[in-house]
Amino acid sequence: MLGWELPPYNSGGLGVACYQLCKALSKKNIDIEFVLPYNHDKPVDFMKITAAYPQDVTAIKMSGIAYDSYKYTFVDGHEEYLNIHQQQALYEHAVAQLAKYGKYDVIHAHDWLTFRAALRARQHTNAPLIVHVHSVERDRAGGNDGNPYVREIESLGLHLADKIIAVSEHTKRCIMQDYGIPGDKIDVVHNSIDTEGLEPLDPTNAYHYLSAMKQQGYRVVSNIGRLTMQKNLPNLLYAAKEVVMRAPKTIFLIVGSGEQYFELIELAAKLGISQNVIFTGFQRGKNWRDAYAISDVFVMPSVSEPFGLTPLEAISYGTPAIISRQSGVSEVIRNCLKVDFWDVNEMANQITAVVQNDSLRDELHINSYREFEKLSWEDSAHKLWSIYDNHRVGATA
Amino acid sequence: MSRAIVMYLHVHQPFRVRHYTIFDAGVNHDYFFSMPYEDRTSNEQILHKVAQKSYIPTNARLLELLNKYPEFRLSLSITGTVIEQLERWSPEALQSFKDLIATGRVEIVGETYHHSLAFFYNRDEFETQVKMHRDKVQEVFGQTPKVFRNTELSYNNDLAYWADKAGYKGILAEGWDPVLGWRSPNFVYRPTYTDNIRLLMKNYKLSDDIAFRFSDQNWSEWPLTADKFTHWLNSTDGGTNFNLFMDYETFGEHQWDDSGIFNFLYHLPEQWLKTPGNTFMTVSETIDAFEPQDKVDMPYTVTWADTERDLSAWLGNGMQQQAIHALYALHDKILATKDLGLIEDYRRLQTSDHFYYMCTKWFNDGDIHAYFSPYENPYDAFIAFMNAFHDVKFRLAEKGFEV
Repeated sequence: MLGWELPPYNSGGLGVACYQLCKALSKKNIDIEFVLPYNHDKPVDFMKITAAYPQDVTAIKMSGIAYDSYKYTFVDGHEEYLNIHQQQALYEHAVAQLAKYGKYDVIHAHDWLTFRAALRARQHTNAPLIVHVHSVERDRAGGNDGNPYVREIESLGLHLADKIIAVSEHTKRCIMQDYGIPGDKIDVVHNSIDTEGLEPLDPTNAYHYLSAMKQQGYRVVSNIGRLTMQKNLPNLLYAAKEVVMRAPKTIFLIVGSGEQYFELIELAAKLGISQNVIFTGFQRGKNWRDAYAISDVFVMPSVSEPFGLTPLEAISYGTPAIISRQSGVSEVIRNCLKVDFWDVNEMANQITAVVQNDSLRDELHINSYREFEKLSWEDSAHKLWSIYDNHRVGATA
Repeated sequence: MSRAIVMYLHVHQPFRVRHYTIFDAGVNHDYFFSMPYEDRTSNEQILHKVAQKSYIPTNARLLELLNKYPEFRLSLSITGTVIEQLERWSPEALQSFKDLIATGRVEIVGETYHHSLAFFYNRDEFETQVKMHRDKVQEVFGQTPKVFRNTELSYNNDLAYWADKAGYKGILAEGWDPVLGWRSPNFVYRPTYTDNIRLLMKNYKLSDDIAFRFSDQNWSEWPLTADKFTHWLNSTDGGTNFNLFMDYETFGEHQWDDSGIFNFLYHLPEQWLKTPGNTFMTVSETIDAFEPQDKVDMPYTVTWADTERDLSAWLGNGMQQQAIHALYALHDKILATKDLGLIEDYRRLQTSDHFYYMCTKWFNDGDIHAYFSPYENPYDAFIAFMNAFHDVKFRLAEKGFEV
């Protein structure tokens, strides 16, 4: 299996999804060799982890997130920071070497970063190639075309793969539309969540001010995530203005950082709702969990979200969700409110209804939590297992 | 000794609330009409569909049966809200109902005009709606109901007591086992604490064979024919009246034409009347013909819905309770406005279907087949309803009422 990251080193959902999926697959007696572009120093007991070294590199140190440069230490002792494209080229080269000497039934590659390596590995092994799409360039570019170089690699990988796995029907449709791939080549395996894996809450919430305001009859609407185009927060603020006009005791809690941070603060001010919008910046740990817990409703208005884990995290911490229809998670949870990302009025309509009616909030949560509890990576692994079985070397089609 | 099939069909359509948002409230007071025709909530579109698939073809067959067999009879209940919709959007279907009733062998059963749960929330409002329905039925069909049924066949001792005092000769209820005990639903009964009124109880097993299981190919008795069904009735020991109570829309809407439901209906009289002594009766005729066998006590409310046979499909969750309590809390003020448009909107919002659409129990089980709703989910139903409610409050405030 070819991946670009594993927790705790991850820039988003990709590493977590790979980790959980492999863990569930390993219970089905599948031997996985997970090939990373860096040294993974956290022990994992359910699969073999290999760092793909080119011959003249002795250590690769990951710094920051996936799209930052990694530090490469070469045989002669010199160190070099390589950007993502240089990293890919080295990864491809190293994976090709591994493939020459290893014996594999299936090559399973996660997202475009590994596609070049995956194609090279297939040349050397003759094993079938399954590419797993966690997001396409259009998602990452907030609905725009994005980087043409990335699109080209994506296109090549998708066309040459023997089978494509998409994390949602939404992503499957994107692949069909953007790359002209026929639908029967793509299977959907939904992501899931490790329902046991979330840290429990403390008895006291970190947001004392919000707790006090809730006692005064205020209600809290939150979004937690990167403040970037894909997440569509300006529309949430436009909706917030309509909500606050009708339900003045509503506070919007925006947790996260990103390139739109200043722009969003300015927009809230321009809309005259700064008093009702709180920006906390990036939070982790207790502050992150408590932001979910203090909320009455969580809104994920994303332009395009291949899967979208945050609503599930919100539900796990006691908060129901309003979810963009342009997301994979909206295919998994029925007991939520669904809205098109461009429909500011409907977003406002739904948020107003939830903050004005605790019965709606509670009913949504009781029922979505029941759905949440049934989610499991086992189901995803089971589907993957049958796909492997149909494609492994020697399988009769 | 004769034995009768007592067929009673319930005809109803609610005025569904359109996708009415917080931006409509206080601006546009139209909750029920101005949706696009293609919209899932379009009352006009749904009525057209049901008229074509169910009312018109079923009535054609019923009329033919009435003409062909002098013994054939049935009873109908038809709500005020569906009569209005037929007047508005399908005069042809309304005429077909009038033609049935003109034979003199189709009895209309009384109920609330708005198919509401008012009996449980406001007795004055309930009586007003019953009177409205009686007047409407008199005006449209020239008949005065003598037998009563409450919305969703909800029934308890209080209701029987009320109907007795109101002068009805009979009342209908679900023949639910915990209430009947060892008794059979195939007799006439008398409600406890009443003097004159009689109780007819639905034989839910036989009724549901037609209404729910008819097209279920996994059912061991599928396919159900008139011959087989008649055989079951004829081989039943004892009993004078087989009470087949169901939604009228069973014919052609819940069970589609291609299931053979119309053939079943068409051949039922022919098969049943082959045996001497077998006949059909309306609900009043049944009450006149047979002496009550026993008293039936129902201290708690029983309905004809779900395995629970209670009101939980309408009032089981917090949203449903909040919505209905909020609505009835405005009763006195709304009536005090004397604004007929506002009062009628208030009554249309009382229709039980609105609360049914907010039910989460089947939605949660993923059983969408049991979920007849024009909304994507129960929460959307609640939001649209509450926005309409906010607008009702707005209109009250506009008239100087404190809300």
